[in-house]
Amino acid sequence: MRGTQSTSAQSRWRTVARSIGEVLVTGGLVVLLFVVYELFVTDVLTDRTQDQLKDELRQGWTAEAEVPPVPRVSILGDAFAVLHIPRLGADYEQVVLEGTAEEQLAQGPGHYEGTALPGEQGNVALAGHRVGNGSPFLDLDRLRPGDPIVIETADRWFVYRVLGDPAMGDFTTDPSGIPGQQIVRPSDVQVISPTPNGAQDDPPSGAYLTLTTCHPKYSARQRLIIHAGLEGAGLTKTEMPDGPPALRES
Amino acid sequence: MYPWIWRHLPGGTATKAVTALALVIGVCALLLFVVFPWMEPRLPFNDVTVGG
Repeated sequence: MRGTQSTSAQSRWRTVARSIGEVLVTGGLVVLLFVVYELFVTDVLTDRTQDQLKDELRQGWTAEAEVPPVPRVSILGDAFAVLHIPRLGADYEQVVLEGTAEEQLAQGPGHYEGTALPGEQGNVALAGHRVGNGSPFLDLDRLRPGDPIVIETADRWFVYRVLGDPAMGDFTTDPSGIPGQQIVRPSDVQVISPTPNGAQDDPPSGAYLTLTTCHPKYSARQRLIIHAGLEGAGLTKTEMPDGPPALRES
Repeated sequence: MYPWIWRHLPGGTATKAVTALALVIGVCALLLFVVFPWMEPRLPFNDVTVGG
């Protein structure tokens, strides 16, 4: 009698231990699946959204060309421009949405609300994912001083160039005093000021573009920041239907 | 847990195996397309903005 009892107690403990083991192994597999999701599945989902947004945006632009253009104000969540970075590939195109909440960033790079619009004086500030969700800003660290960053809007192309000294490849020696690339803390909000690194309420000293993403890759400890300055004025699409020559630099 | 599920699946070994596979695929799909997208914005490690 005593023997049977201890055997059943033993087998009960064995069941408990096995169940705990199963739960732990299952938890590990779920975490692995999450990694797969972040690195691959979000890319597929975002690529599909980007294709759809691109079609809609281009169709909208064609329709708009037939009516007189009105001053554009972006509405939160709206796709309103296409970002081209020739250094990251001749086919690098990302539809930019208004707003930097996760809802927009899951679809593509987002435009910080309240910052300048493309071509305006001030700082056009865009945020994008480094890893996952199509990884639009994965390779921002490959940009060099003088590299073009082209923003396409309904009727114009705007060519921005990464600040710094293109001849020496030095980010820190731009005449404006603004570095072409910097790595900052997440709280350093002055990088998207009207004049980058200036006070938030100071008037702008020129037309700039700022890209922000997380740094290092796979981490959110710091932010990688790219600053660029507008080159000349916008080129109209009627002048340059295939885009400015800067698009074909690489 | 797994032996309990296996015992409660109906049919012979082949039917059980197919049902089990379907369950695994169902759970993965639920995680990938419902649970993870909901969870992702609530996690801190994919933050790309400044000042947020």
